[in-house]
Amino acid sequence: MATQGEGLSTMTTAPAGRRVALISGIRTPFAKAGTAFRDVAPVRLARYVAKELLYRTDLRGSEVDEVIFGQVVPSVLTPNVAREVSLLPQFPRTVPAFSLNRACASAAQAITSGHDQIALGHADVVLAGGVESLSQVPILHSRRFSELLVQASKARSVGARLGTFLRLRPRDLIPIAPAIAEPSTGQSMGQSAEKMAKENDISRDAQDRFALMSHHRAAAATADGRLTAEIVPWLDVREGEDVITTDNGIRPDTTLEALAKLRPVFDRRYGTVTAGNSSPLTDGAAAVILMAEEKAHALGHEPLAFIRSYAVSAVDPAWQLLMGPAFAVPTALERAGIGWRDLGVVEIHEAFAAQVLSNEQAWGSTEWATRLGRSEPVGEVDWDQTNVMGGSIAIGHPFGATGARVVTTLANEMKRRDAQFGLVSICAQGGMGFALVLELA
Amino acid sequence: MPAFQVSIDEGIAVITFDLPDQPVNVLNADARREFETLFSELKTDERVQAFVLRSGKPGNFIAGADIEEFTAIQTQEEAEALSRNGQEMINRVASSPKPIVAAINGTCLGGGLELALACHYRIATDDPKTQLGVPEVQLGLLPGAGGCQRLPRLIGARAALDMILTGRSVPAAKSRRLGLVDEVVPPAIMDAVARQAASRLVKRGIQKRRRPGGLMGWLLDGNPLGRRVVYAGARRQLEKKGGGHYPAPLAALNAVRTGLEKGMTEGLRVEHGKFGELAVGDVSRKLVQIFFATTALKKDDGVPPGTATPHAIENMGVVGSGFMGAAIAGTAVTKAGVGVRLKDTDLARVAGGLRAARTILDLRLKKRRISKFEHARLEALLSGTVSYDGFGLADLVIEAVFEDLDVKRSVLAEIEGALRDDAIVATNTSTIPITDIAAEASHPERVLGMHFFSPVDKMPLLEIIPGELTAPDAIATSVAFGKKMGKTVIVVGDRPGFWVNRILSPYLNEAGHLLAEGTPIDAIDRAMTRFGFPVGPLALLDEVGLDVAHKGGSVMHHAFGDRLRPADAMGKLVADKRQGRKNGRGFYLYRKGHKQGPDESVYSLLGVRAADAVSPETIEQRLVYCLLNEAAMALAEGVVRCPRDGDIGAIFGFGFPPFRGGPLRMIDDLGPAKVVGVLRALEAAFGPRFAPAQGLVEMAQRGDKYYPTAA
Repeated sequence: MATQGEGLSTMTTAPAGRRVALISGIRTPFAKAGTAFRDVAPVRLARYVAKELLYRTDLRGSEVDEVIFGQVVPSVLTPNVAREVSLLPQFPRTVPAFSLNRACASAAQAITSGHDQIALGHADVVLAGGVESLSQVPILHSRRFSELLVQASKARSVGARLGTFLRLRPRDLIPIAPAIAEPSTGQSMGQSAEKMAKENDISRDAQDRFALMSHHRAAAATADGRLTAEIVPWLDVREGEDVITTDNGIRPDTTLEALAKLRPVFDRRYGTVTAGNSSPLTDGAAAVILMAEEKAHALGHEPLAFIRSYAVSAVDPAWQLLMGPAFAVPTALERAGIGWRDLGVVEIHEAFAAQVLSNEQAWGSTEWATRLGRSEPVGEVDWDQTNVMGGSIAIGHPFGATGARVVTTLANEMKRRDAQFGLVSICAQGGMGFALVLELA
Repeated sequence: MPAFQVSIDEGIAVITFDLPDQPVNVLNADARREFETLFSELKTDERVQAFVLRSGKPGNFIAGADIEEFTAIQTQEEAEALSRNGQEMINRVASSPKPIVAAINGTCLGGGLELALACHYRIATDDPKTQLGVPEVQLGLLPGAGGCQRLPRLIGARAALDMILTGRSVPAAKSRRLGLVDEVVPPAIMDAVARQAASRLVKRGIQKRRRPGGLMGWLLDGNPLGRRVVYAGARRQLEKKGGGHYPAPLAALNAVRTGLEKGMTEGLRVEHGKFGELAVGDVSRKLVQIFFATTALKKDDGVPPGTATPHAIENMGVVGSGFMGAAIAGTAVTKAGVGVRLKDTDLARVAGGLRAARTILDLRLKKRRISKFEHARLEALLSGTVSYDGFGLADLVIEAVFEDLDVKRSVLAEIEGALRDDAIVATNTSTIPITDIAAEASHPERVLGMHFFSPVDKMPLLEIIPGELTAPDAIATSVAFGKKMGKTVIVVGDRPGFWVNRILSPYLNEAGHLLAEGTPIDAIDRAMTRFGFPVGPLALLDEVGLDVAHKGGSVMHHAFGDRLRPADAMGKLVADKRQGRKNGRGFYLYRKGHKQGPDESVYSLLGVRAADAVSPETIEQRLVYCLLNEAAMALAEGVVRCPRDGDIGAIFGFGFPPFRGGPLRMIDDLGPAKVVGVLRALEAAFGPRFAPAQGLVEMAQRGDKYYPTAA
């Protein structure tokens, strides 16, 4: 196991340059794929959240120097969703924009890319976020059907065109939907989580208890408004439909018994990973406003928090796919010049309960510390200050957007608790891990 | 400075029309003379084999004739000669053996299009400003420089009549489909393409054109029998629409028909003959006056020149997402292209308001007035909220909440709490004085009234009401923004009912009195449509809503006393839960939202028997004269700044017949003495509500007029 997972980046210094403030962040409600947003194109979700963010921040689009959006499964028709956002009429048409993909950490990457632009002095204000619609993933034609279409379009006569189509066979018409599987291994996310549960000895009961906590906490935060404060109501509903104000995957009344009844999905016989202790396929968008500290003062905006440090890592996907954070987190803490003990709030992206618990295990393990060349473990997760408003299992996980959700939630919770430092940890497809440290303003 | 510049290169003379010191090109007498001289010289110039005619104005080819010239015309003969001379000039262009290419970028209207039609090839640019049309009928005239002849010959009788009789202009792409232009190109290559076309015409000669439209075109446009069907259809439509008040479209139809059936020469003769009649006719005079009045209003800042600077509006807030608020939001997005944040107290109401606002936008898309890309851009300008978040970005907030002083005051306080100090707050009210609403404002100088008319997206008028303390900048800014919303804006005094509802008030009351006397509903309404109103007073009440009108009526009664006392009949109808079209119960019956005949049960409810006891003439007199009288009073009180604003307000606000020029213009035409006389007679017969206005009596004594200089 020695060669896998040594994904530690060699750079260990804190980010240089200007201090970058997080001013505000919001998101759309998150809706399980195929439900509330099944007819809403992802570009629409992204534009909606960006527009509302500008209004809620009382910020003119002309102040924004760059728009960055993450999206994991982009639409072929709007491959650069960020540019469609910066072409909102609330912006001048001259705001550059790019879209990026760091899998489930995409929006977080958008935030750090924005951070870098500001730190370098290339930008003063960046709107960074992410979006995903798993209701509207592009469905592909078979290779053979695509080829025939191309040939037909080149055909010179109607006869030739018909001739091309006569070669079409029924099986050519079977569409190909993109799978959530590793191209390098063929292993799906769930299978990987299953593997981690087994190898790290995470029990079904521990996973279900964790999922239950996620739902109960998210439900409580929805009820008391802490969570809904971060959500812009979705007003673009048809006549007779209710305005969407909350996430529709949260189950306030779920029980351990109900969760225990669910059958494992990825290994029906010996498996422990169920739909109940995994994050659901979700549609949604989230975004934040970043500013150079001096710009925030000049415009009269009160920063929520500053970005103190961040780190990314990658492990061999054939090993424990979602173990990236076990590497990224200690690096980010080191770059921040702080220890786990200094953290007042932690937000961990919950792809699977098995993954979160595996990450927790690694951070707390002396053996893992030895592997990292550390004298002591990274830290013990204190669940009283971690994922206090629930996480992706309950709230949902639109791949491209989650990063901006957790950063926003972290900053708001740090402010509520007056915590000086907070940490975000995200595991991502491809064996990647992401960590970010915020410092209270 | 000459208006035409010529450059000759490789046998092609490029003539550029650029009228000095004018924003657009018009074919005034000097320009026509200069063109004729230039053209006759160039025709015989051996260096020249072909022409390109273009404009040096951005966004304008030729706007048409000089309308000022028309107003100077005294006699029918003069007018006829003007038309005949124009025809002859354009005939000389058409008969030029050296081909002429018209290169059209921007508006090409009236005489401008007639000139282009005489050219041998037309190129239009795809710029959205490029619009071709013959708007003459809108001024009570007809295209009198061969337009009634060449347009149907080029694009067929149906399409030509559609353009001539409505006066609507068509954009470049549609012009190409109609065969009105030969090519549509981007502006950047227009000149090069025009030169190529000119050279091609020199080489190949001027081609005879084929009539467009295929089989259907031949069936309806290509033979005398089919054309008869077209003429008959057009005539029917005109009679239905104009009610016999507007002679120009019928005259134009006649000129087109004569030309197609009896030949060009005969057609041109009818054309200039009719033009002569129309140009000195009363209807055209009135329509031209209205044209000048609206043009002047477009340039009017609403405050004395130089006393204020309008600020740009980029973002606005609308508070209250009900019927009015949503329509204001939708119209502002659609027409002015500004960001609109719609605020109401609960999310469902906001969402409903946004939906209603979007329908205005969707309708534009459906009618292909905007592309789907434009639609997506404009739609994204709309957003909604239940707090005042984002209002810090608003330059203007229009409040359209419930019509209640306390509610409006507390909403104004909320709005002010969220706004920047330099932003303006407008209240959309029809009955409450602005000064009262602004009484507790922290910045009353930025508070004013904007009275929109319903349906907001369709009604052309906007009344802007400064309060006592409103600053000139705020007035100028809201006037400028009203124009951006596509409205004709008049600034009116802060008196109950402002202008439009004030002068409507006695008129609607009188309709109630007539009804209470047993005058049939349809007799009342018919008298007024015959007078020239688009709908009669009772049908109008159904549209406005009886409850709304009754509430307004009592406000007016309270403010002005028994002169404006509503008929008791109205109260009885409102008590019977009749609200008009919106609840399907009013003076008329409604089936599935469509108006049917009069609701006979109204008579028994009022305890009267319908009988045609009052003559249509008396009905008209009672309704019209109380309105004229009230207009005179309100003007004297300073409710409008000048007779022009008052007349435009009446025409655009509630459809006072344009061909009568407005109530004040009508008083001038009748003569104040006669108006006073009739009012006295009505007063004797029907009571003191008809007592003539003091100002009117004095005018009659002095022999004054509202428009002393008018011809």
